[in-house]
Amino acid sequence: MTRSDQTGTAFVSTLAIAAVLVPILNQLVPVSSPLHVSTYVLTLIGKYLCYAILALAVDLVWGYCGILSLGHAAFFALGGYAMGMYLMRQIGPRGVYGDPLLPDFMVFLNWHQLPWFWHGFNHFPFALLMMVLVPALLALVFGWLAFRSRVTGVYLSIMTQALSYALLLAFFRNDMGFGGNNGFTDFKELLGFDLHRDSTRVVLFVATAIALGASYMACRAIVKSRAGRVIRAIRDAESRTRFLGYKVESYKLWIFVFSAVLAGIAGALYVPQVGIINPSEFEPINSIEIVIWVAVGGRGTLVGAAVGAVLVNYAKTYFTGALPEVWLYALGALFVLTTLFLPRGLMGLLPGSGDAQ
Amino acid sequence: MTRRTAARQWLLLLLAAVLFSTPAFAQPSDTGFLAMLGELRDASFADKDQILGRLIDSGHASAPRVLTAWLDDRLYARTADQKVFIITSADEKVDPVGLVDPLSLKNAGSSTRDALTRIGTNNKLRRTLRIAVARFDLANPDASVRLAAVTEMLRSPDEAGAELLKARAAVETDARVKAEIQMGLSLVALDGPDAAVRLAAVQTLASRSTQQVRNRLALLLDKNPDGSDVETDEAVRQAATAAVRRIDRSRTMFGMVETLFFGLSLGSVLVLIAIGLAITFGVMGVINMAHGELMMLGAYTTYVVQVLMPKHIGISILVAIPAAFVVAGLAGVIIERTIIRFLYGRPLETLLATFGVSLVLQQLVRSIFTANNRAVETPQWMSGTLQLGDALAITYNRLYIVIFTIIVFAILLAVLKRTRLGLQIRAVSQNRAMAKAMGIRSEWVDAMTFGLGSGIAGVAGVALSQLTNVGPNLGQSYIIDSFMVVVFGGVGNLWGTLIGGMSMGIVNKILEPYAGAVLGKIVVLVALILFIQRRPRGLFPQTGRSAESQ
Repeated sequence: MTRSDQTGTAFVSTLAIAAVLVPILNQLVPVSSPLHVSTYVLTLIGKYLCYAILALAVDLVWGYCGILSLGHAAFFALGGYAMGMYLMRQIGPRGVYGDPLLPDFMVFLNWHQLPWFWHGFNHFPFALLMMVLVPALLALVFGWLAFRSRVTGVYLSIMTQALSYALLLAFFRNDMGFGGNNGFTDFKELLGFDLHRDSTRVVLFVATAIALGASYMACRAIVKSRAGRVIRAIRDAESRTRFLGYKVESYKLWIFVFSAVLAGIAGALYVPQVGIINPSEFEPINSIEIVIWVAVGGRGTLVGAAVGAVLVNYAKTYFTGALPEVWLYALGALFVLTTLFLPRGLMGLLPGSGDAQ
Repeated sequence: MTRRTAARQWLLLLLAAVLFSTPAFAQPSDTGFLAMLGELRDASFADKDQILGRLIDSGHASAPRVLTAWLDDRLYARTADQKVFIITSADEKVDPVGLVDPLSLKNAGSSTRDALTRIGTNNKLRRTLRIAVARFDLANPDASVRLAAVTEMLRSPDEAGAELLKARAAVETDARVKAEIQMGLSLVALDGPDAAVRLAAVQTLASRSTQQVRNRLALLLDKNPDGSDVETDEAVRQAATAAVRRIDRSRTMFGMVETLFFGLSLGSVLVLIAIGLAITFGVMGVINMAHGELMMLGAYTTYVVQVLMPKHIGISILVAIPAAFVVAGLAGVIIERTIIRFLYGRPLETLLATFGVSLVLQQLVRSIFTANNRAVETPQWMSGTLQLGDALAITYNRLYIVIFTIIVFAILLAVLKRTRLGLQIRAVSQNRAMAKAMGIRSEWVDAMTFGLGSGIAGVAGVALSQLTNVGPNLGQSYIIDSFMVVVFGGVGNLWGTLIGGMSMGIVNKILEPYAGAVLGKIVVLVALILFIQRRPRGLFPQTGRSAESQ
């Protein structure tokens, strides 16, 4: 058993314990007890876990395949929007305007019928399919174009950023039919369960923890497989791998699409927990932040990415609350120091992590 | 100008002054004038119209002020004694408001708004009033006021107005006002009975390109309901057809020139924000995410320079350019020496580190200048428009930014191609080891290169301070655009950046009328993504050995 297997096992076990313990501390421990976990904190942790899935997605393509995507926030947001559309349809006639079919913002814009792409989102299985399919399709088309033409390195990074930026601008437009700059909010229920009830929150939390665990297992399986070794070979010497006869483009494309799907799932789990989705999720700066989490945790380690996402976001929550003016200094210094002194991230601090690659 | 004609002009001017500003025909009694104003209080709109006619004809010295006030909704009657006053502000929030006596035009105390009743107008009255006020303005010594008055009168040309304009044309000295009057007279002449006069008028108008002239001429080509031509004379119709066609052609051409110019000015901004990056990213291979913040530093430097020399706003911007270069350049050298030099050859990691730097810089200006936007004044000589013909107006700030970009580009090109530093920069970027072997201090060159790129970013910031809000987020809103331009043009190629930025600007402006600003930008981004598929290394890819190392 290698070192990375040990950390991986530790990670999954911690996650499993958290998935059981946190709900118990929230539901069964009385509020007066110091051990009680409030629903606010539970939702907050749930949010971090969504970010951890997103970080896994980025680590998979960047850490193992060398594709620095600055557009993963877009896949995340698309998954979130698909979930948001389902949640909007669930509101039904309980909106402010009470229209049985149209969401409030459409009534507000004087629309009289549902745009074609909104049909079907009242069925959860269909919405679920879309949460996965829409990011996957975008990644497929973009990746197919980009990898086939051998757009690599910084060019690819900037292009993914352009993609995300174009989507940001598009989703800001009211006539796109996605609520313009307000996006979707005021959700009522998911699968008939009230989103404001603690029990629903707990279930969402557990679902997120399970999704993170499953994502991690899937990523680990991929990087451990033969294909995973080819992918790492592409990262280290793309041309050489190509000359050895491997179809570099196909490997890159499938890993990119899978990563986009993970990001979409993370977004879909994120939206019901935070209760809002709007175009600012497409902001290119968000994509950069994801890369930062991965870098802080340790690129190409999977566990490190997830840990980095949770830690950086915890620090963000803490600092923006306690010392808002210090936060950006701290964050900025963190990135500079990490890249200068911890090129392998926090995971590089663990003894014997050298053979993890 | 001979002395005699000068003397005659003086005489005419004097005559005009007598005609327009002082009681001309019969000195109307002050009481009669006041009585007319008094009648206005309870008059119906039809009666008001008639009283207005009499007020205009009275030629009373106070009439212009009273009518202007009436037009501005500042003519009120005091409820207590039914006296009419001009109030000093039409703003409802000013309460109590100052009163001005309509006869003597002297201050007459103040009153609360409750105690006053406005003397209202309707659209017809306002039209008459506007023309009447314009007629008074025709005698104004300021040429620009006269020009505005003529333009105002031209909005509804009529015989009475034509008489006034004719009288004015005889004494007018300003060429632009004169041309405008000529156009007005010709427009009126089109309604005249004499075909020869109409023909002459059409020919005069054919040289103008305003929308109004075009529409008026097009009316000549219409048909009456019974099928006969509106314009009975064949020669006039032909002349009008030719004139309309000519005007349409020139308007289309001016429209294209305008779009092209807007595109160039947008492109100039893009080039300016990208050119510093073309050096740090293109020549050195460093993804400098703090580039936007270096521009922000330049913009704040402009602000500080203005604060330091508040009496010389016009010069301050010229002082700010070298100051911003030094400030941003120094910041760049410090960033390079402390951070980037440890990360060469790892471009994706410089991205992270410089992103951290950008956050620190943002928070730094937030700590010093607060998060609020700072107002940078536009110098006098940069505001205003340059009117080229009837259909093309170019604002000076757009014009200057194009010129400024060209100058910056030329200087940068000269530095890279003609100076010792430029030679060393090119040598190090092409083959570091060989350059070192030749005795070039590559570390020093790196620092200078990064400083140069950063300094140019600071200079771009000076320009941005004139175009947008100077705030901590200034850099973020431009960083993506600047990366797009560099990637589109081809990394490591200054000409590519110039052509890439300019063509992106022009395409954007051409698309805008059809697609709208936002959709136009989306289209450009998608086009860029597709373009990179065709040419993965931009418009002008690097060739040779250094290309592979990117």
